[in-house]
Amino acid sequence: MAVKVYGPAISTATVRVLLCLEEMGAQYELVPIDYSTGEFKSPPHLARNPFGQVPAFEDGDLMLFESRAISRYVLRKYKSSGPDLLREGSLEESAMVDLWLEVEAQQYDKAISAIYIEIAIKPVYFGGVPDEKVVAESVEKLGKVLDVYEARLSKSKYLAGDFLSFADLSHIPYTHHIVASPHASLFESRPHVKAWWESLASRPAYKKVTAGTPTSK
Amino acid sequence: MAVKVYGKPQAVCPQRVMHCLVEKGVPFEFVLVDIDAMEHKRPEYMEKHPFGQVPFIADGDFELFESRAIVRYFASKYADRGPNLLGRTAEERAKVEQWLDVEAITYSPCAFSIVFNLFLLPIRGLPGNKGEAVASMEKLDKILEVYEKQLARTKYLAGDEFTLADLTHIPVTRYLVEHCGLAYLLDDKPHAKAWWEDVSSRPAWKKLMSFVASGASFYAP
Repeated sequence: MAVKVYGPAISTATVRVLLCLEEMGAQYELVPIDYSTGEFKSPPHLARNPFGQVPAFEDGDLMLFESRAISRYVLRKYKSSGPDLLREGSLEESAMVDLWLEVEAQQYDKAISAIYIEIAIKPVYFGGVPDEKVVAESVEKLGKVLDVYEARLSKSKYLAGDFLSFADLSHIPYTHHIVASPHASLFESRPHVKAWWESLASRPAYKKVTAGTPTSK
Repeated sequence: MAVKVYGKPQAVCPQRVMHCLVEKGVPFEFVLVDIDAMEHKRPEYMEKHPFGQVPFIADGDFELFESRAIVRYFASKYADRGPNLLGRTAEERAKVEQWLDVEAITYSPCAFSIVFNLFLLPIRGLPGNKGEAVASMEKLDKILEVYEKQLARTKYLAGDEFTLADLTHIPVTRYLVEHCGLAYLLDDKPHAKAWWEDVSSRPAWKKLMSFVASGASFYAP
């Protein structure tokens, strides 16, 4: 039985899970959940994700939420049919993957999601205008995080080490939008970050999942 | 060579790491980083921790930061001793990961906003932002309603055993209850209240609180 992912294809957190399923060549069904009709907070969806967020994930009797937890489960379940993205055969390598996943979830995500919400979500879905002060502050914050990444990636090919891992892939959903925005220079101006992004963006799973996902102009 | 934990012993994130080590019976040396004097933002420290935060650990030659990566590391390394903190099956492990992420992304940012504005700023003689604190308290109440529903079904967050998912909540929740007067948020949530009383009574947590109060540098199980 194919696993199910519940969420809109455009949701960055849903994309995170889809990327992992595609990397592992897994069979899955995407069940769209519609924000504009209030479906996120509907009783059937709240039964899947009690915080009324997306994605949710179903594998038989198992129902999960939180995209990074779902992704880890997927990468373990299908580990014999795709790349080793969690490195759980090595205590120290897997710890480095966990470290850079925490950095992504705490430092990177906070800054980059704030930019995306202002320049893409607000205007397109709420008819609002970007708050330029918030954008400027978030761009500065993201720049400082990317300075740390630039230093790190000048010493190791990928974030957790010289091996690609889920820690790198977890950055894709928001970065995909920002590199297509006027703030692409954040990435273009840092050579090791730029090379790292280009490596991630060349992956077939990335191209497949983001095909047809509108990016902000 | 003992594990070294760098940070301030009263701080939430170092406490998570120390609690895990005490649960697993692992000795450690606590090395003070004076965050009140901004030592964590000085170049010497930031060479180790590029984001200038605490904790930082050294386990022999292996160095790590981010408290939730650190507790996962020790829970895996010492899987064979002490409580099972990572779940016993792939499904249980996934539930542990799920609630760890809820704590990191949803619970703690909200809790920190309250602790920062109602406790950390005032004890330094600075005005906290009451409006922000109240908004966060309302948010936290709603979050705890979800926890209540889960804890009515399972004894702990990820299932019927205490895991990392419960552990990472404890230090900041103690601040909410003991220093911000928010025990009342649990009064209409009997399962969440029972969960809090259970996890905060764990012998390992109590041992850690004594260790922190003692000002000692070396912890031996």
